[in-house]
Amino acid sequence: MLQDNAISDPRKEQKIFYLRVMTSVLIVLGLTSVILFRYFDLQINRHLDYVTNSNKNRIHIRSVAPTRGLIYDRRGELVADNRPSFTLNVIPESASNIDQLLGRIGDLISLSERDIERFMKRVKRNKRFQSIPLKYNITEQERAILAVNSHILAGTEVSAQLMRHYPEGALLAHSLGYVGRINDREIKKIDPEQYRGTDFIGKIGLEKFYENILLGQVGTEQVETDARGRLMRILDKTDPVPGSNLTIYMDTELQRIAVEALKGERGALVAMDVKTGGILSMVSNPSYDPNLFTSGISQKQYDGLLNSPDRPLFNRALRGQYPPGSTVKPLFGLIGLQHEIYDMDYSIYDPGYFFMEGIKRPWRDHNSDQGGHGYGVDLAEAIIESCDVFFYTTGVKTGIDLLSKESALFGLGDITGIDLPGEKRGIMPDRAWKKDKRRQEWFNGDTINMSIGQGFMLTTPLQLAVMSARIATRGEQIIPKLVKSIDGTPVEPEFAGEKISYDKKYWDYVHQAMVDVVHSKKGTARSISKGITYKLAGKTGTAQVISINEKEKYDSSKIDKSKWDHALFVAFAPAENPQIALGLIVENGEHGSRTAAPIARKVIDSYLMGFQQDSKSSATAKLAGGFSNPAESN
Amino acid sequence: MYKYDFVRQLNTKGGDRHQNPFHIDVTLMLILFALCLTGLFVLYSASEQSFYYVKRQATFMLAGFAGMLIVAQFPVRFWERIAVVFYAAALLALLAVLLFGIEAKGATRWLNLGFTRFQPSEIAKIAVPLMVSAYLSRHVIPPSFKHVTGALLIVAVPAFLILRQPDLGTSILVFASGFFVLFLAGLRKRYLVGSFFTALAAAPLLWLFVMRDYQKQRVLTLLSPEDDKFGAGWNIIQSTTAIGSGGLSGKGWTEGTQSQLNFLPESHTDFIIAVLAEEFGLLGVLGLCALYLLLVGYCMIIAINAQSQFARLMAGSISLTFFIYMFVNMSMVSGLLPVVGVPLPLISYGGSAIVTLFFGFGILMAISSEPKRIGTWR
Repeated sequence: MLQDNAISDPRKEQKIFYLRVMTSVLIVLGLTSVILFRYFDLQINRHLDYVTNSNKNRIHIRSVAPTRGLIYDRRGELVADNRPSFTLNVIPESASNIDQLLGRIGDLISLSERDIERFMKRVKRNKRFQSIPLKYNITEQERAILAVNSHILAGTEVSAQLMRHYPEGALLAHSLGYVGRINDREIKKIDPEQYRGTDFIGKIGLEKFYENILLGQVGTEQVETDARGRLMRILDKTDPVPGSNLTIYMDTELQRIAVEALKGERGALVAMDVKTGGILSMVSNPSYDPNLFTSGISQKQYDGLLNSPDRPLFNRALRGQYPPGSTVKPLFGLIGLQHEIYDMDYSIYDPGYFFMEGIKRPWRDHNSDQGGHGYGVDLAEAIIESCDVFFYTTGVKTGIDLLSKESALFGLGDITGIDLPGEKRGIMPDRAWKKDKRRQEWFNGDTINMSIGQGFMLTTPLQLAVMSARIATRGEQIIPKLVKSIDGTPVEPEFAGEKISYDKKYWDYVHQAMVDVVHSKKGTARSISKGITYKLAGKTGTAQVISINEKEKYDSSKIDKSKWDHALFVAFAPAENPQIALGLIVENGEHGSRTAAPIARKVIDSYLMGFQQDSKSSATAKLAGGFSNPAESN
Repeated sequence: MYKYDFVRQLNTKGGDRHQNPFHIDVTLMLILFALCLTGLFVLYSASEQSFYYVKRQATFMLAGFAGMLIVAQFPVRFWERIAVVFYAAALLALLAVLLFGIEAKGATRWLNLGFTRFQPSEIAKIAVPLMVSAYLSRHVIPPSFKHVTGALLIVAVPAFLILRQPDLGTSILVFASGFFVLFLAGLRKRYLVGSFFTALAAAPLLWLFVMRDYQKQRVLTLLSPEDDKFGAGWNIIQSTTAIGSGGLSGKGWTEGTQSQLNFLPESHTDFIIAVLAEEFGLLGVLGLCALYLLLVGYCMIIAINAQSQFARLMAGSISLTFFIYMFVNMSMVSGLLPVVGVPLPLISYGGSAIVTLFFGFGILMAISSEPKRIGTWR
């Protein structure tokens, strides 16, 4: 019908046009239906999904970091504090050119490669318009420089938050530990809800052990933000609950005195309140500044600490395992007496050597070149003069089974249960242990070595302190503790078991022998008794680092200092009513009597005098006499 | 004959316009007025409740109304006669843009005239249908192959120049406005089918040789906006969220969180329909569509009643082009079409578009107010 037609026919043209308009109307209505169907689908069918999306856009749950609990020492001195610290943040979307901006910032303040690298990593995984920390802990001066140049630093902001600070620095580092940035490994273990709003977690020490208590409860704010992340209004709010404050038994002053007494030697010292198990001082020398870790230690600094031959990061008090040497003699003697292997009148002849039946090689006494301790060496003399042959003899008689089983009651061979992570067990060997570890039967020779705290036996300085405390209290199986109270609520002392029910006369006997170690003329630690106003019970020890065969003689001038013997000392005081017990080791200090004992004297002196000062009412005379419990007199 | 009855009625009713001395079509003006008012109302909310854009837009609209009335005073024959001049001027301006245009955001679309800047592609939106209508109305309807080719050439040259700016969206719209003339002029079905397949075949060529990376990106984004949530997909995710969260009756005027909190990009220009949909819901969208359909329908009636072939084609093309703007805009914002820079007519903020639209409506008004000389199919 619509043929090519050269003649214009207005009517036909109109008709064609009319049909086309009608077709257009149909198309228009069709397309409009498509649109309306689409809007219907979005606005009605999927309405709720989009409401959710729209709310997700604008409503954000912001975490409000709780304030981490503070830590005080027993005198109320703040030892772990929170200080305001300033962080430079960048909002990448607000900066026109991020590389250029970083370059500008780098020209103004120092930026490390690591800062930039860490920042770039976070840029990739963060949401839009979120500020990302570029540099932590910026100084007052840097803040001023940034403020002055803020016109060329669009997209940057400085935020304030609380940062952990340890006012005493290295002094308490091994006990308090430190907090640091949460790492990838920790992220998997923690409850992410609890850690929203904080970048920090206790890494070691008390900070780690009491992490849950110190952390507090994260608060939330439901906020409405615009597309640029600007806060419009707060819709709802739950305040954070600050972490609990801890008070520890430690005395910062006593700690300082102990560190000074160690005079830079490598070593460890643990002093305990025998009644509560409270750790009064815990030194591991050398130490490090924990504040380095909170602000993000540089790799160089960290490598320096890690690779130092003195191993400052190593907590010797808790994790250093040393042969206890003669410091275990009072305990082994006590075990022998209690189990009636021998009695208090039992004595031996010490020619300087001990021969075991069937074994050619003799065990040498430490003073064998002076001909030994001679005739009539009883337990007391063996403790006072540290006679090895007596213990070789009685050790075999007592036997490994009894020694091992009973020593466990005094805290040897297992963790003490202190409130610190990472404690080592030491080794209190027995038949099963040897079979398991060495695939060998237990020999009497092993018992002989062990009977003077050598051989397989290993103890930590903390275990030595616990052993002394349990001897001092006549068998209270007290567990050492750092934390005295949490938010003012005292932490009850804990005991590993029932009081060890040894006969009073044996306790008296061994206590007296230990007093005589210090106070008698023949005592190995007699040098520290000068001017002493109270009775100090102690026992020296020397632990071999290398074995010297029976023909050679130990001569420190001929060997490297790193192979010198370790000097040990255990003590408690006042002997009549013990308050403080102590275990200490000076690595390569050679002799317990010469190196270790004076340190113990200084610390105990200071504690007992300090205690006297605190209680004010008591006179000097009281020091020599009966001490009351500090808890009662305070 | 029965099927033309309603046309006859309309013609009878429109008989009053013979006596229209000021060439004013009150119905058209009322519909436009309603749309402009709606636009200003939404714009206030979309521009962070500031009067800055509203005042400027209102000024443009007033100027637009004035311009429309002036344009309406010229007889239709005048527009037919100057079509060539107009078209030539548009071509020159488009060439000038390519040579001395102002570059912004990687595209050269503006000419600086010293006192003001203008977008020659806006002139083309009027000049192209005007020229094609004038060309085809001089020849026999339906157009022969020769004239179809001629018309396509008229359309293709400016469309190509606009494409070079680059401005794919406007180029397609300009092409469409010319093509509508061809269609209304009775372009044979075989050409329609042919052009449909040509378009299909051209799509991959467009993709390979013509479209720039950012344009391709927009198409890809349409298919899977979630791939780049914070980048290319952001706009479309935010606009569909705004629309969808509006629901049936909306969140209320100035209460739309997506638009008020700036999640919605370009909320006062290309994406303004999302503001309306969020704050007034589906009912608001239906209302707006009703107004638009009323306008398009009324313009088509004007076209049907037009007194010459040229007037018919021009009026029909203007109404269809207007509809296509609305369709493309509403589709792209709701994620049916890739994002091309097409504003929502009379609602989106923007002076150039307002001026062009009112110019078109001015021509429509001239057509509608022409004295009726030729009879209808009575």
